Amino acid sequence: MDKSDKIRPTKDEDGIDRSGFLECMTWAGTGVLWALAGGLPQAMGLSTALAAETPAAPFTFLQISDSHVGFSKPANPDALATLREAITRIKELPKKPSFMIHTGDISHLSKDIEFDNADQLIKEAGIPVFYVPGEHDLLDDGQGKSYLDRYGKGSKGAGWYSFDQQGVHYIGLVNVVNLKAGGLGNLGADQLQWLQDDVAGLSAETPIVVFAHIPLWTVYPDWGWGTSDGAQALALLKRFGSVTVLNGHIHQVMQKIEGNIAFHTARSTAFPQPEPGKAPSPGPMKVPAGDLRKYLGIATVDFVRGGEPLAIIDKPLAG
Amino acid sequence: MTFISFGISRMAWMASPVLVGLLLVAAPQLAAAATSEVTVKIANFTFSPADLTITPGTTVTWVNNDDIPHAVVETEKTFRSKALDTDDKFSFTFTNPGEFSYFCSLHPHMTGKITVKK
Ligand SMILES: [Cu+2]
Repeated sequence: MDKSDKIRPTKDEDGIDRSGFLECMTWAGTGVLWALAGGLPQAMGLSTALAAETPAAPFTFLQISDSHVGFSKPANPDALATLREAITRIKELPKKPSFMIHTGDISHLSKDIEFDNADQLIKEAGIPVFYVPGEHDLLDDGQGKSYLDRYGKGSKGAGWYSFDQQGVHYIGLVNVVNLKAGGLGNLGADQLQWLQDDVAGLSAETPIVVFAHIPLWTVYPDWGWGTSDGAQALALLKRFGSVTVLNGHIHQVMQKIEGNIAFHTARSTAFPQPEPGKAPSPGPMKVPAGDLRKYLGIATVDFVRGGEPLAIIDKPLAG
Repeated sequence: MTFISFGISRMAWMASPVLVGLLLVAAPQLAAAATSEVTVKIANFTFSPADLTITPGTTVTWVNNDDIPHAVVETEKTFRSKALDTDDKFSFTFTNPGEFSYFCSLHPHMTGKITVKK
């Protein structure tokens, strides 16, 4: 598909077009954008999107992920420096996002100094931040106590919670604790029960945004890229017209749309990982120093009431 | 030539009468510190050897050769390492016979097994 292409499927009577959701997945060099309008996806290349006259969005939020502060191996000798670049980009955004979601692996080894350095920098963005932990954030002696002390206020269990912002219901899930040998990410019975209760009173028209570290859909089980009971969580959200799932962990952009659920993973701000199965292991991808910033980045999400598109634009640190 | 395993040193023993004498003299001391050592390498998100059989008293040392931290956790919590950064090591001495399945708590698709047999 040409990068100037745009897809606007026709609506069914209920306003939801269920055909061809996956037909358009446009990669336009530096980024990709897709939009979800009441379950109606639109996809276009980033250059088209940036040039298009979009109605003023009442609010935007931002996703960053996998900052791995403390990481210093090839191809990134200083993960704090690339996080700083990401934060600088955020500060330069023409429209200040309402808040930021960090989908985990804030730190590399859960050291206090790593959390401190990350906090110090992220604070500079000047917007509220909502966190979920990655497996690298639970490596302290208390196996997650540090994380909960810092980021877990008001959360349940290992750090899950929900909140509402301008008519959208956000759910932060934790799928990196009590992992079982040979298994994938895991939510557990307690969290699933909580989720069921959490969404019980919501009308099906409420847009839902779910975020968690490991993808809730199965990306590549051989590398543990999936969540064993993720399908049970998604089943609880089936009745909603618009569900957006934001994940990290795999350090690359990946997306798909299934029914009314749109999945999206964000880039890391620290180091890239290979495409599924394209390397002997999911270890850090060693890219030439000059290319590193093409593989790192942030994602902004526009939510426009009325037209209701939920548009995610991934922005690499360098084109 | 280094004899780190007692199974191997016994074979050398039979082959060399001179060595037998030496070893017999040293025997009481060595028996008290009866250890042999085996290394399990962690590389490319894999334990190798993933399946290992040892005798009681053997110390197994895991070494992380990856650029990403791993951890070694026994399924029944018999042992649990901290996160091992690059080149970090973790050792555990197996005194009792049995089967010990373990995995990486960060990347649970990484699994291994130690069988301790007399
Ligand atoms: Cu691991």
